[in-house]
This record gives sequence, C-alpha cells and structure tokens, in this order.
Amino acid sequence: MYLATTGRRGAPPAPSRGRRRVPGTVLALGAVSLVTDISSEMVTAVLPLYLVVGLGLSPLQFGLLDGVSTGATALVRILGGATADRGGRHKQVAGLGYALSACSRLGLLLAGGSAGGIAAALAADRLGKGVRTAPRDALITLHSPPEELGRAFGTHRAMDTTGALLGPLAAFALLYATAEAYEAVFAVSFCVGVFGVLLWVLLVPGRRRPEGPGPSKAPDPRPVEAAPRARGGVFAVLRSPAYRRILLCAALLGAATVGDAFLYLLLQRRLELDATWFPFLPLGAAGVYLLLAVPAGRLADRVGRRRPLLYGHGALLLAYGLLLAPVPEALLLGGVLVLIGTFYAATDGVLMALTGPFLAEGRQAGGLALVQTAQAVARLGAAVAFGAVWTASGPETALVVALVALAAALCCAARVLPAAGPSPTSLRED
Amino acid sequence: MPAVTDVRLSRPARVWILVLALLLLGGGATAYTLRAASGRQTGAAGASVAGFTLDAGRPGALHVRDTATGRVARLDPSAPGGRVAGGPACDRFHAAGPTALCLVRRPGVPARSYALVLDRRLREVRRVALPGIPSRARVSASGQMLAWTMFATGDSYARSSFSTRTSILDLRTGYLVKNIEQIPLTLGGRRYHAPDVNYWGVSFAADDNRFYATVSTGGRTHLVEGDMKNWSARALRENVECPSLSPDGTRIAFKKRVSEGPREPWRLYVYDLRSGREHPVAEGRGIDDQALWTDPETLAYGYGGAVWSVPADGTGAPRQLARGATSPAVPR
Repeated sequence: MYLATTGRRGAPPAPSRGRRRVPGTVLALGAVSLVTDISSEMVTAVLPLYLVVGLGLSPLQFGLLDGVSTGATALVRILGGATADRGGRHKQVAGLGYALSACSRLGLLLAGGSAGGIAAALAADRLGKGVRTAPRDALITLHSPPEELGRAFGTHRAMDTTGALLGPLAAFALLYATAEAYEAVFAVSFCVGVFGVLLWVLLVPGRRRPEGPGPSKAPDPRPVEAAPRARGGVFAVLRSPAYRRILLCAALLGAATVGDAFLYLLLQRRLELDATWFPFLPLGAAGVYLLLAVPAGRLADRVGRRRPLLYGHGALLLAYGLLLAPVPEALLLGGVLVLIGTFYAATDGVLMALTGPFLAEGRQAGGLALVQTAQAVARLGAAVAFGAVWTASGPETALVVALVALAAALCCAARVLPAAGPSPTSLRED
Repeated sequence: MPAVTDVRLSRPARVWILVLALLLLGGGATAYTLRAASGRQTGAAGASVAGFTLDAGRPGALHVRDTATGRVARLDPSAPGGRVAGGPACDRFHAAGPTALCLVRRPGVPARSYALVLDRRLREVRRVALPGIPSRARVSASGQMLAWTMFATGDSYARSSFSTRTSILDLRTGYLVKNIEQIPLTLGGRRYHAPDVNYWGVSFAADDNRFYATVSTGGRTHLVEGDMKNWSARALRENVECPSLSPDGTRIAFKKRVSEGPREPWRLYVYDLRSGREHPVAEGRGIDDQALWTDPETLAYGYGGAVWSVPADGTGAPRQLARGATSPAVPR
C-alpha cells in the first residue's frame, strides 16, 4: 500500500490504485501560478507596443531596457532557494517574489514615460520571478507523495501554461476595448497580480509543523524525524552522487538545447510563413504542452522519471531532424509544434520530479534552484553557440551540429542519470 | 481543498476574504479601465478632409503628424493653431515628389499595420498589409521609391530584443520586397550570414537605385550602401543608425549611439561621404529619429513630442518648428 510506505498522515485512504486527488496544496500553487502568469504575460504581450506606440520610444531602445543579466537572475535564484531552505521559509521567500512582481506593474504605471523607471520595473519583475521559482517547486515537492511527484508537477505546469495562454488574450482584448489604454492593462495586471499574492498568502501552507498531525491535511511525504537536517551552504547538496549526476545531465542536455525560438525562426524560413502568424507558433506548442503535461507526469510516476526525460529530449531531437528533412509543409509545421510541446511536457516538470526525492529535507529549494540555474545557463550558452555557428556557416550546418550535440548529450544522459528513486540511506549523504 | 498551517483562519473566513478581494480588485480594475477608456477617442479613422492635398499650401510648407488628432497637418501661420490638420490619419508619414507614404496601425489580435501609398491629392493608390508597429517611412525625392520599417515583436529568439522588417516598394514596376533582410550583405569585405540581421531606416539616393540603411547584427550597427539593380549591400561604417542622405547626395545625417544606458543614448551626427569625417550637430539632447533635410543645410527631427530643426554644419542651436507633432516632411 502507498500509505504504509510513504508515511502520509491524515490523508484520506486512497482508492485502490485508481486516481487519487492531486494534493490541495499543489492545486493552490497551480492556481497562484495561473493567476500570476495571466498578470505577467499581459504585460509581456503589450510592453513592446506600449514602448513604441504609447511612449514613442524607439524600438531599438527596447533591448536596452532589459537591464538584468542572466547572471544576476541565476544568482538571485540560488539565493532565493538557499534563503527559503533556512528554517523552511519557502512560503515567505516565494511570497516576496510574487509581491515584488505584482508591485512592478505599479512601477510601470508610475514610471510614466521614463525609460529608467520602466527598466527598474522590468528588473523588479525578473528578480521576483527568479526568487520565487525554486521555493515554489520545493513546496510542490514537500506537499506531494514522492511517487506522485510527476503528476503534481504536471498539474502545476499545466495550470501555469494556461495562465500564460490567457494573459495575452486578456491584454489584447483590453487594448481593443479601451482604444489602446496601456495604463489600463498595467492596472488590471496589477490587480490580478495582487489577487495572486493573496491566494498565495491564504491558500498555501507555510512552515510545516515538526510534530503531530495537527490541523494540517497537507500530505507529509516523509516522516520528519527521518530526514537529515541540512547543514552547510547551498552547495552541500552536491555531496549526493545521484544529485550530482542529475545536475550534470541537466547542464549537458541544456547545452544541447538551442532554444525553441531558433526552431520557430527556422520553421518560418522553411515555410515562408506570413509574419503575422509568427507569434502564434509558440502558442501552438504551449497548447500541446498544456495537454500533455499531466499525462507525461503520470507516465513519469509509473515508469520512472528518467525515461520521460530522455524521451522528451528525443522528441526535440526529432524536431531538429524534421526541420532538416524534406517533408511536406503541413507535416513540418504540425510535427515540429507537437514535438516542441511534447519536449516541454516530458522534461520541464519531470526534471523537478526526478530531482526532488534525491534532496534532503531542508535542501529542496536550494537543490532545485541549482538544477534550474545549471539548465538555464547551459541553454543560454547553447543559444549563443548556435547563433555563432549559424553566422559562421549557415542555418543548416548549425542545425546539424545541434542535432549531433543533442544525440551525444542524450547518450551520456541515458548512462549517467540515476535510474531508481533514492534509497533511504542515500539521503544521508553526510 | 488546500490545507491551512500558519495563517490561522477558518476556511469560511479565507473564502470570504478571497471573495471580498476579488470584488474589490475586480471593481478597481474595472473602474480604472473605464476611466482610462473614457478619456480617449478612438483613433481618427480614414482619409483626408476634402481639399487637403500636398499642393494646397505654399510650396515647401512643412507637414507633420499632428499628435492631438493623429492626422497629417500642414503648418500654416495664418490658420488657427498655426496648422491645418486635414490629412489622413497616420502613425508615421513622409512625402516627396508625387507620392506620400502613410503607415497606420489598426488594433486587434494580432494587430495589423498598413502602408498606404497616396498620390499628391492624398488618394490611396496602393495598400500593403504588414504585421508590426510602424517605425520609419521614407519616399525618394522622385516619389518613385518607397521604404518603410516596421518594428516586429514576438519573433525574436532572444525574448527581450526587437526585430525590424524593412520593405522597399518600387512604384515604377510595382515590385515589392516585403523584407530586405535576405539581401546579400558584404561586411568587412566578406559575404555575411547571420540569423540576427535587422535592417531599418532606408534613405534613397537621387538615382532611385542606390540606398543607405542601417543593419544591425551581433549587437553592432553598420551603415550599409545598397544597390537595387544588383540587389546587394555592403557595410561602410560602424555605429550609424537611421541614415538620411542630403539632397546633394554628399552627406548623411544619422543618429550615433554615444552611451550604453537606456537614457537618451543617441546624438545626431552628420557624416561627409567625400571626406569620410563626421561631426555632431548643435543638438545636445538624445535624438531618436530619422532626420529630414528640409533644405541643403538644415535638418528637422522629432524630439519630446515636438518637431525641431538645427543647422547641419554643427553651428547654431535647435529651434522648435511645431509642438505636438512628429514625422516632419516637406513635399516638394
């Protein structure tokens, strides 16, 4: 039985191997992400228009406004994770991140036309996002039974993506209805963001009680007393060999992922797509991601998280191949979008679900932050390298190089990734 | 449903707080939206007022886009307010010879923009639908060659960066290049390929074949000289944006990036094609526009919601020509 092995207390008895409910906390976290993504994607969608049409800034000035470097975001992410781990302050740290992003909309309103003010507001938003991601994912890990982590992350990512799809629609509807009142979009985005923060405060459980079932119905994945206490800094997680292997694979696979925007660019070149429809390509992939996130998570729970992660990158490999192959246009368009969506569904939440069980109590946020950062930095490097190869020898060569690199990374990952979940002793790495 | 821990509120209390917050925030958002919407008229739609043509004013009269109405206006000291705003509604405008070019954007999902080609009586002769946000418009002195730049969003591989699409239309043949970025480019003496090339700010020479433009790639901008017949371009010089060729074809006014920050990074410069030297004009503020030669010695440009002018030789001082205006043009 599940209950005996997981030590879940106070949970309703599970219907025999049928669908169990996704933990309420995960649904709450998903709801917060959904609302927050509506808020942030509203702004992202209209910001270029606002800067150029609303303020008359030059489009060329737009790139300059993004003042936060990837390095700064990575640092903030790791710091956020480490701070959250200290004393189990996941809720407070992530809540601060959500609040910072919500307030940045107010900053946009108050900045008026000042480029410096807008840059500061955008920086606050990026930093808020950096701070909150790892503690939030740690909370998902903490409040889900380890054997259902895949489904929990899948559910969360599906809700998150729903918000990201709804945001731009809401923003453009508002612009249309108000004859381009950009302030209205920012004000509504602010209100939506504040509501997200409120949901966070009221629905997401904070510090977990060390003893007794208490009033909490939040499932306890592990008996608290069995978990080794965190000692040392963020990098203490590196003492676990299994975690090191996951980290290595995240970086390796990230370094062979050229960035889907490049794929959209290649797709547009192959299809000679009308530029009007270009912004809809990512939406198509996001739709597939949305539909497949939960099934992929469930699959990961059933067959182990290692395989979906590898299959997902396999889907990306197929997408590269499809872009090089002489296939009919309709197949190319549909195939690449479905493959990119599958790639995200099978890898994004699954990587977190794979990592979570290997992290000791009190180190989840820092550990997840490190994996996310390694992946993000590796992907950035991949994008730069891909651009350089493209410049030096053209898009086809670049794609072939990426294909070979991804195949090689995939072979390495298949050997290196730890197969099973952690044994109880593997957690006690020190 | 979610479980409690540290916030010691009963479930009904939390539900009521959320409902109340939803009402308050929803009400606030709605009120703000309604207030913001009521203060705006829907953009002036449509064609110009009867009788407003490029020939109606005195020859050489300055035309601008009137910010208050969104229409093209002719500066006329005898008219009330100093201008007659009877032209078509445009976001960016330019006119020369027998042709005017009007870029307009219509909201929607996705927003669409149009390049409207107008004759001297401002009647529409051709319409090109394009995605993006109008940024630059230019008509060659003869009125036969047209170029415009649209700022496109959402199609760049780096999320925070921009991309531009520059089109060239030859009215003699009707030939339209929707995006000139596939033009073979020579940079540093070698044929150059890159995924991130962006062109903007075209300016035509008197022969209607040669043109100047900015190309951006790898984080740098270059002045390029293009050739329509041979369909080729070569980079001449770095850090030149929005070139504008003087009527005699000897000098190029351009904006030069002088600082990296987001605050006013550009200054207006003039580059002499014969001597290869450049000098700043007597304008210390950050200019972000494609300058216009109103005569062989004078530049006009938009700054801070007004149109200004300054001598091209670096002497004198900026002078305001029209407030509440952008897109200067002198149809001759």
